[in-house]
Amino acid sequence: MERIAGTMTAEQIVQLVIEMDAASATAAARLRCAGAWVVQGAAQLERRLEALRLPSEGKVVIDGAAISALDTSGAWLLHRTIRKLEQHGCSVTINGLRPEFSTLLQRVASCATTSENPHPPTPNLLARIGRLSWRHLLDMYSMLSFVGECAIILLYSLARPHRIRWRPVLHNLQTAGFEALPITGLLSFLMGVVIAYQGAGQLQRFGANVFIADLVGLTMLRELSPLLTAIIVAGRSGSAYAAQIGTMKITEEIDALRTIGVRPLELLVLPKMLALIIALPLLTVYTDAAGILGGMIMANAKLGVSFDVFINRLGDAVTMSSFLTGVGKAPVFAAIIALVGCHRGFQVTDSADSVGRQTTASVVQSIFLVIVADALFSVAFNWLKI
Amino acid sequence: MEQIQGASAVVDIRGLNTRFGRNVVHDNVSLSVRPGEIFALVGSSGCGKSTLLRTIIMLLQPVSGSIRVFDQEVLGLSDEEALPLRRRWGVMFERGALFSSLTVAENVGMVLREHTQLSAQLIEEVAAMKIALTGLPADAGAKYPSELSGGMRKRAALARAIALDPELLFLDEPTAGLDPLSASGIDELVRSLRDALGLTIMMVTHDLDLLWRAADRVAVLGEGNILGVGTMTELSRSDHPIIREYFYGPRGRAARE
Repeated sequence: MERIAGTMTAEQIVQLVIEMDAASATAAARLRCAGAWVVQGAAQLERRLEALRLPSEGKVVIDGAAISALDTSGAWLLHRTIRKLEQHGCSVTINGLRPEFSTLLQRVASCATTSENPHPPTPNLLARIGRLSWRHLLDMYSMLSFVGECAIILLYSLARPHRIRWRPVLHNLQTAGFEALPITGLLSFLMGVVIAYQGAGQLQRFGANVFIADLVGLTMLRELSPLLTAIIVAGRSGSAYAAQIGTMKITEEIDALRTIGVRPLELLVLPKMLALIIALPLLTVYTDAAGILGGMIMANAKLGVSFDVFINRLGDAVTMSSFLTGVGKAPVFAAIIALVGCHRGFQVTDSADSVGRQTTASVVQSIFLVIVADALFSVAFNWLKI
Repeated sequence: MEQIQGASAVVDIRGLNTRFGRNVVHDNVSLSVRPGEIFALVGSSGCGKSTLLRTIIMLLQPVSGSIRVFDQEVLGLSDEEALPLRRRWGVMFERGALFSSLTVAENVGMVLREHTQLSAQLIEEVAAMKIALTGLPADAGAKYPSELSGGMRKRAALARAIALDPELLFLDEPTAGLDPLSASGIDELVRSLRDALGLTIMMVTHDLDLLWRAADRVAVLGEGNILGVGTMTELSRSDHPIIREYFYGPRGRAARE
């Protein structure tokens, strides 16, 4: 079969001809088609067919003898025109079309489906709000049941420690904990520098230079260092959990685990949660030290507080309970990050889009919940006068 | 084994060498695909059939050799230069590779939108027509790939591959993972597409039934080289041990009958 679709030149496209002979009262209207009716010229064809004034009744003869090439897009345009004419009440005959082209035309015509309205009407504002709230409610419900399931698995595993998979736990300790040391250390160090720098000016005015140790020590140990570490870990590891589990869900690995008789929560969630609960407090102690080091260097440079004076003062200012309240928050943050990340991963449906959406949601939601938890801790500690 | 003039071949491969590290996949492979034929590449798993296909469609770079498609050398083409060529062929991947965040109709329409200036209305109609052409029901267009069965996904992938009315169609394992009924549907589909649209089809397959029913010529790939090219009848008379094993294994015998 001759096809010149691919090699069609601009010249040939110009040759597309649609001519309409005005129908006299008795004779049939003639529609002469010529040139290459192929996808490359289809846009132009479409415009010219649109512009054509079609007769509203009577006989129409389509002369296709001069059509030099036809592909499915061209055939569809031809079919569409015929259908439109017939809907107007015209009787259409086609003349001179090459046999292979008329076979194609018939084939395309047989594919014409009664297109029902594919776009459902867009819901109004109230319906959208309702739908959104319902989705969020369902989301909360599924999160809650996920937390419950994980708690059961955790208790079950703690009762049988030999069943815990220590290899993945250690692997996760490595990736979520050890490999996070450089970035968390650096950021915490800089945070200490910033606090000392900002505080220095204020303290200098009162001649209270030495209290820089109180300022840096308390803010870092009690609040900033656990929070900062948790936020970095949520961005680093929480997102990774969501993406990993999400992809496993798409490739049916989660289902495969179930059929093998391994509980996905036990293999995928528990080790991550345990590892993070161990790693985050350790990371927090480390970032405490890095932050104080930053503050100490800045205090020395800006206020002339020497290192040993700073450390002496730090010992008086920061009590054991201040240190422990900071570190004590870390396991809770860790549990939040691991649970949210894994839960989001399990929420992934079958598209690549959904992996991206859920990964984003995991980071936003875990940071949000970590800050909310931190606020609740502050209120609780205040009540308990710690 | 006959050689045809390179100028008239749609795909013409000469002296192709492909290596992954020290693993030699193709060692001096040459073959030609004629216009309008259904050409199949067969061979045991891991013999480099899909690699050959991916090399032709410029997803892989060979070590040396020449691949001419529509009389144009494809090796070393820039993306810019390759675009007109890419518009003239369609590819159906083994696992469909449909865009999971788009519906089937949008998958097909996306190709048209990208390469033509058709109106949105016409794109929608043409996409629906292509979907029907591959034998999918009318309501499949509005579905997402994840909502389709394996066979329907293959058909949808085929609909996307023929969206731009290509002259050359590459099919990677068009029937793999399908039930016999769907697979024989694909046989007929491939033939009828070729007959209706005048396509040249190059496919990689393991499916002996498909080979007997649809393929005009078949090349057997093995040991890094082409072991034989010809019609199924010719190949089944070959006395090369690997080809014999391929065609006279228990499944080969059943498919021939």
